[in-house]
Amino acid sequence: MAKKPIGPVRRDYAPWDDPASVPFIEFRNVTKRFGDFTAVNNLSLKIYEREFFALLGGSGCGKTTMMRMLAGFETPTEGEILLDGQSLSGVPPYRRPVNMMFQSYALFPHMNVEANIAFGLKQDDMPKAEIADRVAEMLRLTKLESFAKRKPHQLSGGQRQRVALARSLAKRPKVLLLDEPLGALDRKLREETQFELMNLQEDLKMTFLIVTHDQEEAMTVADRIAVMDAGEIVQVATPGEIYEAPNSKFVADFIGDVNLIEAKVEETSETGTRLQAVHGNYVIDSAQSVSASKGETVWYAIRPEKVRMELGEPSGGDLNSAGAIVWDIAYLGDMSIFHSRIGEASLRSTVANVTRTVERPISWDDKVVLSWDRDAGVILTE
Amino acid sequence: MASETSSSAPKRSLGGWALIAVPYFWLFLFFLVPFFIVFKISLSQIAVAIPPYFPAFDLGQGLQVLFADLKELSLENYIFLTEDDLYWRSYVSSVTIAAISTFITLLVGYPLAYGMARSPKEWRPTLLMLVILPFWTSFLIRVYAWIGILKNEGLLNQLLLTLGLIDQPLTILNTNIAVYIGIVYSYLPFLVLPLYASLEKLDGTLLEAAEDLGCPPWKAFWKITLPLSIPGIIAGCFLVFIPAVGEFVIPDLLGGSNTLMIGKTLWVEFFNNRDWPVSSAVAVILLLILVIPIVLFQNQQQKMAEREG
Ligand SMILES: Nc1ncnc2c1ncn2[C@@H]1O[C@H](COP(=O)(O)OP(=O)(O)OP(=O)(O)O)[C@@H](O)[C@H]1O
Ligand SMILES: [Mg+2]
Repeated sequence: MAKKPIGPVRRDYAPWDDPASVPFIEFRNVTKRFGDFTAVNNLSLKIYEREFFALLGGSGCGKTTMMRMLAGFETPTEGEILLDGQSLSGVPPYRRPVNMMFQSYALFPHMNVEANIAFGLKQDDMPKAEIADRVAEMLRLTKLESFAKRKPHQLSGGQRQRVALARSLAKRPKVLLLDEPLGALDRKLREETQFELMNLQEDLKMTFLIVTHDQEEAMTVADRIAVMDAGEIVQVATPGEIYEAPNSKFVADFIGDVNLIEAKVEETSETGTRLQAVHGNYVIDSAQSVSASKGETVWYAIRPEKVRMELGEPSGGDLNSAGAIVWDIAYLGDMSIFHSRIGEASLRSTVANVTRTVERPISWDDKVVLSWDRDAGVILTE
Repeated sequence: MASETSSSAPKRSLGGWALIAVPYFWLFLFFLVPFFIVFKISLSQIAVAIPPYFPAFDLGQGLQVLFADLKELSLENYIFLTEDDLYWRSYVSSVTIAAISTFITLLVGYPLAYGMARSPKEWRPTLLMLVILPFWTSFLIRVYAWIGILKNEGLLNQLLLTLGLIDQPLTILNTNIAVYIGIVYSYLPFLVLPLYASLEKLDGTLLEAAEDLGCPPWKAFWKITLPLSIPGIIAGCFLVFIPAVGEFVIPDLLGGSNTLMIGKTLWVEFFNNRDWPVSSAVAVILLLILVIPIVLFQNQQQKMAEREG
């Protein structure tokens, strides 16, 4: 059986699948300790040239620390970082072809916007006319033209963030590190800037490493996403794989909305697995084979949009089909989220509101049947 | 109670006014009134009497007499200051000595403040304490002690002779060099403290950002650290310059007979010549000379406050 691609493919670019490709940035068993606190734990990671790579993870999981090690502000306690095949150990920050956009912006308060953006270019002894052109280009890109002469303290939070972005982009470094670059922007500007970033990265053939708390943003811009937890990488994969095939409960829960159904393994083979739900009386049939023995407790992760819902009662004996009672409905405009009870457990399902009027709307306390396809969810053992 | 918290309008309560009135009253009583007296004396005539001047006018004798007196007022003493070049030479020399000393203090104090601000956090209180520690001994004694160090057979010359760096003792005491040393030493903490304060609050990520953009650390110092510490430099320099202009003890103890400073001139005028009116005029002019930098200083402070606000 040919492997179906998981999720949409943004561009024809997948060096990580090719064993012959050489990574551009490589973390080799990197550990960083502050005193006896381990911020980054034995982390190995390969990032390829021209890749747009996103780091996702909860607050304090070590994302900024990773970037600071790459930029040269922290030295790994153990392990090493390579850039283009060269070890970076001992290379001072000002000699690394890496620019960073700081989480706190770190704008120079005594320089105006223009001077801030030009700062890095001046260090390279770029001709004056060229600097002016580049600065103008950056101002245009970040929509800051009318603020060029202002000092940072005369700008709003979002404007400051854009200056920081422009400043780090101006030098067109080989590697650009963006630590939550768009957090302070409003939704519209953020989406625009996301696409600008993607275009820029494509045009200038730079490698981007972005930290974000916004998973939608990571999914939008990144070729691959690394999900981090407590100083370790839990999964590295394309946005589609991360979403559709998470490798753990943590990832499934962290990215998007998910139902985690507790179940016991009934039988498993090469062609699939049968699970008995712990709450409610129904059997889950999955196309996935797992290395778990009979009777073991596992989790079946299924996204709400993959759960179908119909009025009525289950006919009994059907696979992937459970009777439930609606107890909460959230109307979001484009779709509605239904919370239904199956015994003690609850299951979320979403319904796209494709018509303006509905013949018989599903309402509170209605009896419904929830069902899904054989490959709609994934079985997780950890 | 509730109404009080809800009506937090900018209207000041009586208590608020009283609180503001305290420093103004203090200034009025201990600065403006004495200054007015000095000013009044500066307009009067010298006399062999106690006190040794004819009052220019007397507020206690009714308006008629007051107006008559006011017509008699003369700026004679001020004119006298312009006639004898001793005075303006004293002023110029004072300002020059103060400016040079301030500059040297800055050269010594900046690395000190920078080092303190860069030192590990747990050391800083101790270092700060060490800077303030000399204040715990009398200023006079500390300046006096420099005589023992600087004189021809003093500690410094002995040390240099033993080290073989010189064959003849250096004459430092009773020269302007000794005055510079005395001022730099005495006023160093006044420069270090505000400078340290401004260097310490400098955001370290700014230097990281500069380095990240390809600026080596020594260059980042000139481009980031130094410009951002200018408010501290200005505050510190004024705190040294202003008192140094009117300094008397240091030039008197360490300076030579040809060290000309306005503080010394004033002393001679007041105690040796017993010319209260002229010395008062000297003091008033000195104040005017100092008011200019003070106004500049305040202006700077205000700008800084606005920038931070
Ligand atoms: N200089 C330091 N000394 C001690 N602990 C530190 C230091 N820098 C970071 N840490 C700790 O290391 C951990 C990881 O920090 P880091 O800044 O990398 O988190 P983060 O993933 O960027 O979080 P956030 O999303 O909130 O920015 C945190 O628990 C933090 O307290
Ligand atoms: Mg961070």
